[in-house]
Amino acid sequence: MTTASSADHPTRRDFLFVATGAAAAVGAAATVWPLVAQMNPDAATIAAGAPIQVDLAPIVEGQDIKVFWRGKPIYISHRTKKQIQEAQSVALSSLPDPQPDSARVKAGHDQWLVVIGICTHLGCIPIAHEGNYDGFFCPCHGSQYDSSGRIRQGPAPANLAVPPYAFLSDTKIQIG
Amino acid sequence: MSGPSDFQPSNPALKWIERRLPIFGLIHSSFVAYPTPRNLNYWWTFGAILSMMLALQILTGVILAMHYTPHADLAFKSVELIVRDVNYGWLLRNMHACGASMFFFAVYIHMFRGLYYGSYKEPREVLWILGVIIYLLMMATGFMGYVLPWGQMSFWGATVITNLFSAVPYFGESIVTLLWGGYSVGNPTLNRFFSLHYLLPFVIAGVVVLHVWALHVAGQNNPAGVEAKTEKDTVPFTPYATIKDAFGVSCFLIFFAWFIFYMPNYLGDADNYIPANPGVTPAHIVPEWYYLPFYAILRSIPNKLAGVVAMFSAIIILCFLPWLDSARTRSSKYRPLAKQFFWIFVVVCILLGYLGSQPPEGIYVIAGRILTVCYFAYFLIVLPLLARIETPRPLPNSIADDVLAKSKGRAATAASVMLAMVVAGSLLVGGTQTAKAEEGGNAPPAQAWSFSGPFGKYDRGSLQRGLKVYKEVCSACHGLSYVAFRNLADAGGPGYSEAQAAAFASEYKIKDGPNDQGEMFERPGRPADYFPSPFPNEQAARAANGGAAPPDLSLITKARSYKRGFPQFVIDFFSQYQEQGPDYVDAILQGFEEKVPAGVTIPEGSYYNKYFPGHAIKMPKPLSDGQVTFDDGSPATVKQYAHDVTTFLMWAAEPHMEERKRIGMQVFVFLIIFAFLMYFTKRKVWADAH
Ligand code: FES
Repeated sequence: MTTASSADHPTRRDFLFVATGAAAAVGAAATVWPLVAQMNPDAATIAAGAPIQVDLAPIVEGQDIKVFWRGKPIYISHRTKKQIQEAQSVALSSLPDPQPDSARVKAGHDQWLVVIGICTHLGCIPIAHEGNYDGFFCPCHGSQYDSSGRIRQGPAPANLAVPPYAFLSDTKIQIG
Repeated sequence: MSGPSDFQPSNPALKWIERRLPIFGLIHSSFVAYPTPRNLNYWWTFGAILSMMLALQILTGVILAMHYTPHADLAFKSVELIVRDVNYGWLLRNMHACGASMFFFAVYIHMFRGLYYGSYKEPREVLWILGVIIYLLMMATGFMGYVLPWGQMSFWGATVITNLFSAVPYFGESIVTLLWGGYSVGNPTLNRFFSLHYLLPFVIAGVVVLHVWALHVAGQNNPAGVEAKTEKDTVPFTPYATIKDAFGVSCFLIFFAWFIFYMPNYLGDADNYIPANPGVTPAHIVPEWYYLPFYAILRSIPNKLAGVVAMFSAIIILCFLPWLDSARTRSSKYRPLAKQFFWIFVVVCILLGYLGSQPPEGIYVIAGRILTVCYFAYFLIVLPLLARIETPRPLPNSIADDVLAKSKGRAATAASVMLAMVVAGSLLVGGTQTAKAEEGGNAPPAQAWSFSGPFGKYDRGSLQRGLKVYKEVCSACHGLSYVAFRNLADAGGPGYSEAQAAAFASEYKIKDGPNDQGEMFERPGRPADYFPSPFPNEQAARAANGGAAPPDLSLITKARSYKRGFPQFVIDFFSQYQEQGPDYVDAILQGFEEKVPAGVTIPEGSYYNKYFPGHAIKMPKPLSDGQVTFDDGSPATVKQYAHDVTTFLMWAAEPHMEERKRIGMQVFVFLIIFAFLMYFTKRKVWADAH
């Protein structure tokens, strides 16, 4: 068997073994990289996830629409005076995930709530205009969100996420 | 050979497992302590190489299946998307496609080694037969895998091979219908081939386990062909055989990488870059190179059933080899006559392979018949006869004696293995070049391309000009449907910024919809959109162009080729010549001539082209001097247009070429250093064994 104690240059020999082993390890790691990286989204999927524009003009007060961006449903609600009022007046201390309504809508566009319609519990889609808070109700395990998309009751830990978006004009937004 | 292992792990947790499942003992006795003859040469490392190839094929195959769509309408496109969009998809696809060839290359060496050293003889008959079963399974797997990209060769290969079964008397037609799942090769065929192509490699892996098991019962054969008798004849598998195998594998990887990174299409057929078309058969149906000898045998017999029977017999006969060759001496080293006939047999197989790639006409048919007779005569006449009349040379007393007799010349063995591999590789493998006969077309002149060779890069200026030519001229009739506007900003492309690509896209009108009213509408293009095609469907394209639909240009430089011939294709392997496609496209664009030479008749509605096979092309001369103006002052000549648009189309066909060559160079440097390290490590380890 091979041991480092044999007569000829033990150190040079050890160095050779270490170098070969290290090269093998580097080679193996470099090979694994593409084998794993291929599972990330491909270039076409990434390109298809580009920002989208949504025309708000046809959405009347009290109505909401669902659009898809990157495969996720986005709720765009045209809130009523009452809904805005409720969202703004609730005491922050009573919320599980405290966030003022002003942080969830764009300044000057209070009537528009844009949220990702994916329950922060385990990913079901909450139903709009249901539940006790004039907002959303998730049928999966009973989470309830208010008219600002904030969690009020049930197992979900956080408010509905607000996607990145901006107003291009008063009646047009760009999501993404 | 080795009895139940007395190996005991020292770690208590492993000990606990070992008492209940003696797996560590099994591994230890099979792959560590297992005694292996000390005189094995490098031809014996092909077992390890094959194990690695099987593992690699399964791994890359499972990954490709994550991105592939087994549907007749989508399969071709999904393969293109793998190559273009999936992260490292081009690499994985090249590994898998070239890997199949490498797998067969290694298995042929492994089989010829077994043949030369008599590894099929008592007590290794079952071991050998299991090997033949693995080979048959490999052929089935390789064939079905080749169908999956659903190109022209896939489709017509599937048609021809499944039709072999129609030769069966009485049940032939029913068997073929059963294989197809329809009235012809179609979507059901593709689906079942995908399923079976996924299944069979695991069956192969199972038979490999039996193969290795049988090997470990009988013990390895060795170049001397005498059984190991004492301790002195063997060395433990680890580290000796392990390290030697690892060195063999690392050398093989260099050979493999040459194909993956520099010659990915050398073994393929240009026709397979044309989507399957059930209405048009390619001029020459040629199977992958590894089936060519058997294909030649099939074609040399002028009777359908007899041809099919001969082809299958050529493989099945291997199972009977242990009994056909009853000579007691195993190794051909000690059989002067058998040795000569062995090499003649190798040459016969290679020549058969070459014939298989040639059109079945004239001299090729006659040569095919003679060689077919030679093939069978080797098994049925030569080997049985030699066993009776040949006087073998005296065998060494033991393996240890054999080693002592030739302790010199080891490095020479390694060198000769490398050399033999390269030469045999280029010969065997070269037979694949598309047998596209010239049919009166002239060979296109070879052009100087910026993207040829191991360091080739696309010329950005040329790509941008080529895009302009495509947009202003070609796009009137030809689509470019696999290229997206975003690709114009990709690294290794024409070098536009993302904003420029978006601006370019917005000049196009793209059909989208349906909208909320259920209507289709037009909108400006976005970077994610693909180049729109000029015609809504193939029928419209056909109707507008006198019956010949202008082909999509996304893959045209890969889908066109011309015959290189022998010995040119061997030289191409070493010079990395891969530019048949661009040379051809460039030549066609410049090959239009007003004056039809005497003796050539061009039908109504066709035009004379010097380089087009048959000379009558449906496309009118597309380019003329001054038609497109370039901003950078390049000459406005047809020659320049043709060069630039061909460069652009080469990029369109292979947008990741620069990355491929760059990574290829890194891999090569690494593999060469690694092979050297392995070589010296192997020498150090083996220094103790002598
Ligand atoms: S997923 Fe919505 S409550 Fe569980």
